[in-house]
Amino acid sequence: MSGPRAGTPAEARKLLGGSGKRGALPGGASWMAVGAAAIVVAALLLVTGIFAAGFLVVGTMIVASIGLYAWSRSVEGARSAKDRMMSMGIASAFALAMIPLASLLWTVVSKGINRFDVAFFTESARGVIGAGGGASHAIVGTLVITGIATLISVPIGLMAAIYLNEYGGTSRLRRALTFFVDVMTGIPSIVAGLFAYALFEIFFGPGIRLGIMGSVALTVLMIPIVIRSSEEILKIVPNHLREASYALGTPKWKTITKVVLPTALAGLVTGIMLAIARIVGETAPLLVTTGVIDSMNANAFDGRMQNLAVYAYNEYKNPGVPPEPSFDRAWTAVLVLILIVMLLNLAARWVYRRFGTEIR
Amino acid sequence: MSSIDTTTNAGQLLASSSGGRRRPGDRIFSNLSVLAGITILLLLAGVAIFLVGQAWPAITAATSELPNQESLVSYVAPLVFGTMLAAGLAVVIAVPLATAVALFITHIAPRRLAQPLGYVIDLLAAIPSIVYGLWGIAVLGPASVPVTEWLADKLSFIPFFAGPASVTGRTMFVVGIVLALMILPIVSAVAREVFSQTPKRLQEGAMALGATRWEMIRMTVLPFGRSALISGSMLGLGRALGETMAVAIILSGSGAVTFNLISTDNPSTIAANIALQFPESSGIDVNVLIASGLVLFAITLVVNMAARAVIARSNVQ
Repeated sequence: MSGPRAGTPAEARKLLGGSGKRGALPGGASWMAVGAAAIVVAALLLVTGIFAAGFLVVGTMIVASIGLYAWSRSVEGARSAKDRMMSMGIASAFALAMIPLASLLWTVVSKGINRFDVAFFTESARGVIGAGGGASHAIVGTLVITGIATLISVPIGLMAAIYLNEYGGTSRLRRALTFFVDVMTGIPSIVAGLFAYALFEIFFGPGIRLGIMGSVALTVLMIPIVIRSSEEILKIVPNHLREASYALGTPKWKTITKVVLPTALAGLVTGIMLAIARIVGETAPLLVTTGVIDSMNANAFDGRMQNLAVYAYNEYKNPGVPPEPSFDRAWTAVLVLILIVMLLNLAARWVYRRFGTEIR
Repeated sequence: MSSIDTTTNAGQLLASSSGGRRRPGDRIFSNLSVLAGITILLLLAGVAIFLVGQAWPAITAATSELPNQESLVSYVAPLVFGTMLAAGLAVVIAVPLATAVALFITHIAPRRLAQPLGYVIDLLAAIPSIVYGLWGIAVLGPASVPVTEWLADKLSFIPFFAGPASVTGRTMFVVGIVLALMILPIVSAVAREVFSQTPKRLQEGAMALGATRWEMIRMTVLPFGRSALISGSMLGLGRALGETMAVAIILSGSGAVTFNLISTDNPSTIAANIALQFPESSGIDVNVLIASGLVLFAITLVVNMAARAVIARSNVQ
């Protein structure tokens, strides 16, 4: 090589870094550091007798980062060493965040599988004290409550998004709505539940519990999600489509219903499915509005109504005798909930990919 | 903004050119959309009005009529403390982790892995809170006991770890970790979005000047994403403040006011207290709980508005 030219970043760094003795660590040095650190930390923990998974993981990450720093510093110099240490630190933090989440999914699947049987989906919990019984009433309740909430939220949310994007312009109502939708996004779910209770108490008296109250509470949580996602999608519908439609003399409302909405349809459906996935597992607002019940009730306007999330909570909180069958049912309910959420997410993505118009 | 204006103008132009008045279809449709907007404002006003209405009996009641003969303020204050402590702890744990997760996905992980990883993180945001709660009490709580015992043994001079350690793991410490996991996807989604938008020319410029990858991140990506990180953290804080079920399931709250995170004596939170007490309450107790819910509403409102203000200011720049 002639003159101050560098082929690789390492060589460039060497040139810029100045001082002479710069080597490089072997490939896979990071993994070696992690392996060595894990062995050292495990040995230390075993010797001191405080072996716990948490200590092992955190200790390994710290020791590996420091060890890698020292190793790299002696071979590659201070700046590379710091780079390696921080990369290792960031990767470790990522792993640290993933471990609990993996554990969570594993726990739900392994414990929930016990009662993932036909009876769980066909029987209710009526009169069940020990083993057996199911959550058919809770599944029906979840579908009814979420369904009604969706039926209320989607038209209102969609029309509001159309207002914001197509009609609002710079009006005061538009600015107020944008601001308050943001505010609404932050309402704690339990407060939404209290609102529904406060509203219905006026008409039906204290202690009222109805399925529809849960739907109203969920509506408060769902509307801002629907508006946000719909607005995003409507925003990226290209203007030349609207202008072409106007140029043909099409009225504005027909332009919206026949041009804008069909173009955005897949995105809108995706947004709505994700919104449903967000509210289907809500527990707190339903605990204070729909109450707890062991038998089937599919009428949202008549008395208490069970749903999966509250069912899981109640089985865990007030187990029967012996408690294990109740716990099993709780885990299965939670597994079903997660499956519903995951399926909705996957389906939403699939819809967007399969039917989404190229409008970006 | 400007594009919306043009279409509105075009629509109006068209409407006015065809006879000076709008067609009935147009009028109905635009009125419907305005109606939807107003409905939402009314709904939000309704939330505030009905909560205040139901909280009013508790606010105006004499101290002797309230549960345990204690004033509303002295009932709510420890709960506010517990709420702040749990949410604060969650943010302290979650923000560095979320930053690292976002950096890992945008700048460190192999390109092939980045998108699936981002997808997994998004999926985690959708897991219902009840699941986190059950996992917290069944897995993390018991797993935390050796750690908290060690902390109580060795680091008890720090007020947070004063001990004695709880043997069940139903502590503020565990609640903080679980809440941190729950808000991690939110904070890291905001951070990821902005980190990936760091101008390429800045990043490449730094690399061309011989910066290592970490130096490039520290000098371009982190400064660029700072305000987004702040607003993302505040959104996470808002979420953690209102989180109910995970806390209600895991924490064995005694209403104490203490910074001790690992003992059996834990402050409860507003939301968890409502979830635990509401089903068995009647009369004035319900009004007291709704009043505490109103306080929670006010706190989250302030936090969220502050977060939006930070976002708005950074957008202007």
